[in-house]
Amino acid sequence: MSNSIQTPLAKAKGLGSSHHGTHHMIAHNITTLTNIPLVLWVMYSVITLRGASYDDFMAWVANPISVVLIILFVISVFKHFALELQVVFEDYVSCKVARIIIVVGMKLFFFVLGLSTILATLKVALSSGI
Amino acid sequence: MAKFTLPKNSKVNGKGKKYPAAKDVKNKKTFSVYRWNPEQDGNPRMDEYEINLDECGPMVLDAIIHIKDKVDSTLTFRRSCREGICGSCAMNIDGRNTLACLKPINEVKGDVKIRPLPHMPVVKDLVPDLNHAYAQYASIEPWMKTDSPTPTKERLQSPEDAQKLNGDDGKGPSGCILCFCCSTSCPSYWWNSDKFMGPAILLNAWRWITDSRDEATGERLDQLEDPFKLYRCHTIMNCTNSCPKDLNPAKSIAEIKKLMVERHS
Repeated sequence: MSNSIQTPLAKAKGLGSSHHGTHHMIAHNITTLTNIPLVLWVMYSVITLRGASYDDFMAWVANPISVVLIILFVISVFKHFALELQVVFEDYVSCKVARIIIVVGMKLFFFVLGLSTILATLKVALSSGI
Repeated sequence: MAKFTLPKNSKVNGKGKKYPAAKDVKNKKTFSVYRWNPEQDGNPRMDEYEINLDECGPMVLDAIIHIKDKVDSTLTFRRSCREGICGSCAMNIDGRNTLACLKPINEVKGDVKIRPLPHMPVVKDLVPDLNHAYAQYASIEPWMKTDSPTPTKERLQSPEDAQKLNGDDGKGPSGCILCFCCSTSCPSYWWNSDKFMGPAILLNAWRWITDSRDEATGERLDQLEDPFKLYRCHTIMNCTNSCPKDLNPAKSIAEIKKLMVERHS
């Protein structure tokens, strides 16, 4: 507990409202919905590709429909994951500096990971000649 | 990091006193009650009182009052109306937050375990420190705010608009008695009560947001739009489960979130 002498009302009001948070909730809800069909599609694809050869798999990745759906899947799932993890860190990391560093670092991590996945998918698709 | 361990000297150490009933008492029940005195250096303990149920009323509050009057006058607790209106006797009974005056003794199987509301600083025994919760309540400015000239008669409200406050079954947001059973059952409030308003305050914020006579809806939503003040609610639903008045704080919070989305779209 802080030793600062403040009235309970001053403590309760704190720095006031930051006037954001709603876009986070909207993005979270939208990605929750978009994840459902995309994850189902990935599960279906994994099942149908069981036992497929390397060439078959690369051909599947290079398919234009697969490319679009893989990119959508990466954006939707990684965005959702980042939003969820941000909530977890905000819930349980009470040190403000540590929280900001962790959240920014986590967002950068998912941005780089997502971008790399998308570029890799595009590279396979564009180099396949389909 | 969030504190997952209890502060020093706050763990119940199990060395409580026992107050057995007379040997010839047949209809008796044991009440295990949290005891802590700030003037005595030591950990809290659970004292056990065996009570003759034929000598006290049917509710847990009756038993606590009986203990205070007849067994151990040092036991400290809040109570006032003893009929579920004032919210004073909110405490954790048999693992659930509720009002002692509305909790029948015979609903509890085995010993009746009584502790103060969870995760609040304890003043003494069963009395939690609610200063911060009351300050949070004051921060939402829980009164009617208008810019229109004050009418010469009453402020009119349609029955439909009144029903939004009172609820179809009388269990609308205006039924809150500020006992804080909901807020102190909410894990998000446990971890972040310094900033998260908690279900009790958000329910009351909704009570003023949805009041057709109030003219400060936008200001009230402005004040709440914050990742911590409002969006720490993760729809865990402990609040609604624990409300001794059967209100639905989780629904009120969802309604506030809906309005937030509406004004952003």
